Amino acid sequence: MTTLQEPEPVAPISEELVERAWKDAPGIPGFFTTVDHKRIGIRYIVTAFFFFFSAGVLALFMRAQLAQPNSHVLSAETYNEFFTMHGTSMIFLFNTPVLAGFGNYLLPLQLGSRDMAFPRLNAFSYWIFLLSGIFIYSSFFTGHLPNGGWFAYTPLTSTNFSPGINLDFWGLGVVFVGISTTVGAVNFIVTTFKMRAPGMTLNRLPIFVWSMLVFSFMVIFAVPAVTVAAGLLELDRIFGTQFFNPAHGGSTLLYQHLFWFWGHPEVYILFIPATGMISMIIPAFSRRALAGYLWIVTALVTIGFISFGVWVHHMFATGLPPLALSFFSAVSLLITVPSGVQFFAWIATMWKGKVRLTTPMLFAIGFLLIFLLGGITGVMVAVLPFDWQVTDSYFVVAHFHYVLNGAVVFPIFGAIYYWFPKMTGRMLDEHLGKISFWTMFIGFNVTFFPMHILGFLGMPRRVYTYSGDVGWNSLNMIVSLASVVFAAGTLLTLWNVWRSYRGGALAGADPWGADSLEWATTSPPPDNNFDATPVVASRHPLWDQRPLPVARSGPDDATHALGLEGAASRTAALTGGMRAEPGATFPIPEETVLPLVLALGIAAFFVGLLVKVVLVGAVGVAIGVIGLLAWAWKTGEEPS
Amino acid sequence: MTSWSAETFPTVLVEPPEPVRRGYDKAWWGMVVVIGTEGMIFMVLLAANFFLRATAKQWPPSGTELPELFQTSIFTAVLLGSSLPIFWVDWAIEKGHMRSVRIGLALSWLMGTAFLVHTILDFQALHFGWRDSSYGSVYYVIIGLHALHVIVGLLFSLLVQLKIALGRIDRDRHLTLTVFSLYWHFVDVVWIFVFSSLILSVHWR
Repeated sequence: MTTLQEPEPVAPISEELVERAWKDAPGIPGFFTTVDHKRIGIRYIVTAFFFFFSAGVLALFMRAQLAQPNSHVLSAETYNEFFTMHGTSMIFLFNTPVLAGFGNYLLPLQLGSRDMAFPRLNAFSYWIFLLSGIFIYSSFFTGHLPNGGWFAYTPLTSTNFSPGINLDFWGLGVVFVGISTTVGAVNFIVTTFKMRAPGMTLNRLPIFVWSMLVFSFMVIFAVPAVTVAAGLLELDRIFGTQFFNPAHGGSTLLYQHLFWFWGHPEVYILFIPATGMISMIIPAFSRRALAGYLWIVTALVTIGFISFGVWVHHMFATGLPPLALSFFSAVSLLITVPSGVQFFAWIATMWKGKVRLTTPMLFAIGFLLIFLLGGITGVMVAVLPFDWQVTDSYFVVAHFHYVLNGAVVFPIFGAIYYWFPKMTGRMLDEHLGKISFWTMFIGFNVTFFPMHILGFLGMPRRVYTYSGDVGWNSLNMIVSLASVVFAAGTLLTLWNVWRSYRGGALAGADPWGADSLEWATTSPPPDNNFDATPVVASRHPLWDQRPLPVARSGPDDATHALGLEGAASRTAALTGGMRAEPGATFPIPEETVLPLVLALGIAAFFVGLLVKVVLVGAVGVAIGVIGLLAWAWKTGEEPS
Repeated sequence: MTSWSAETFPTVLVEPPEPVRRGYDKAWWGMVVVIGTEGMIFMVLLAANFFLRATAKQWPPSGTELPELFQTSIFTAVLLGSSLPIFWVDWAIEKGHMRSVRIGLALSWLMGTAFLVHTILDFQALHFGWRDSSYGSVYYVIIGLHALHVIVGLLFSLLVQLKIALGRIDRDRHLTLTVFSLYWHFVDVVWIFVFSSLILSVHWR
């Protein structure tokens, strides 16, 4: 349905009304009480990037230690602590939250909504993320860093072999940060189903929204496993239960099953939103619709399902029965099919389009090349006999850095270049961006490709040094030098962000000529996102619906919030059903300190467990209970 | 196509689409998803229980006195029965029978509290601790976690009852009550699985 009427000027909404309804309190109070998804999303991204750079520094220390044989840059103990914190930071504190941050910022904008379904819960999930990050990183100040690897296998991590509180930071921290991820996922799911602009059927959702939806469902069903794994580990450590103690009927293998039942879906939890970003960037710079939309959506959902059936391929060397090994090997090979479908859809989109090589597009193409290699090595390690040869060698390190660093971090950098104009209203410097890309791309490949060869030459993972007569010296030196190049490339982007934030070229609403709704509003968007809610009739509203139809406020309760009156009264429309018809109005909660209080209560509880002081934990529980009750008390009674 | 200077995208006002009265509020859906993830926690814990059981020579380990069955079965019936008044409450609130709602909530709260008291007494009467064997660990942790959910449900119920007493919940506005009833049914259903996996199945070998 295209409108043939002349665009009638939308009566400007009174600035003052919007101010009064949406402006956060100025200064410090506003900082701690805001529920605006845009502020929260940016905070998520900034906080996550702090952990990214800190994990990078740890990695550089590790490479300095491994550059030459028998060196003494780090002691064995410090090396263990650093590689544990590197993995923990990258998985728990950077990759997952940064994707949640982009989801937070973009989902309401791409759905044409004024905020998330649960804005206060959104603030809560950020505070939990921040506090859990501080909790894990406070181990640096106590000098007792977690040192059992980011996977914390038992029995190494039982109190017999790892006394002290080093590992408790990890175990409690993982349970702690899991709360944030889970709460965020609940929010994404309900937002996608109940906050779509009228007419936005599931068939018209931007692929990034689809990817965040799959991400969320996977989080809902996978994170409980790591919560239980880390939780039972801590119960063993703090309260002396016998879950993982074979002497009393426990099982060390149980820990690995629990951990990888989350761990494998987790890599796809990270990978799927990254591909969602790629599926937004490639069509925008190929000037055509994504080829095979339905194929891509099906592939995302299929990957989500299959990823729950492959966790044992992390345990091929643990002596399981052959039938189980064959099954999991076969399923691991199967997952390449939907991934391949996505890959060919991207290639077809570029093939049939007119490609513009902007920085985001360069990152997308770089991603394709790296992901291809990571995918191929993935197929190799899915094959049992091959895996037995390379398991626990640097080949595996190379493989998962190709897929987790190359195929997740590169799309995230592309996303920064792509959406930074929307978030700040200023363009990132293209020239500097391209230099940053090439530095990162070359640095990345020269860092991680030789690791495959090191693995073939027998260099094991998780060793802090090696002797000089086994033929690993020159390759390790190359890897270490290249890692500095890769780090420099990421710093160039950081500098670019810093510079452009203060004085980049003005972006305007739609600098890329893209197709999804976030580009219909100003850059940065106003506090209310959209003055009037767009009415969607196409998969690419900004390409097919010029001018964009926006709704008037209707007379009844359900459609009242669609138009300007909704923006003035801080309300949003709840939609539902296949066609996203308006069903009710929901008042967006006012700013509140409750989420922070509740998060602090939970933090106190975990600190109490860590230092084993009952009083601290009890205070935390009390604050938490009071906070929850106050929250449920304040929840407005909507007609149901 | 590229508009480097355009400040906003051109728009045109149209009539809003027809509203459709449908389905549940977002908070209800939120609770459904939370129940999904909570249910998964219990599933993973029960899977761990069966994994340990499958790898053990004898389950529970020899010398472990089995948990009490008869009383626990009675209180299982009490807990599952506490869902019935909630079904009644769900029906009554739609009709606006506030007195039935109050009686039903109070009844279900008392039944839930009776179950919780029984669980605490059962823990005290047990002849094994969580340190003695992996069976003891599983028993205390899973049943304790379920009891924690019962406590949360009872607090939640009190909050709903307070809201009703203050007249904040009525026939047309009762979201908190609807979400609570969903949660309470979930806590009851989980107990069926916990009870049969940890208590019933070790008696019926």
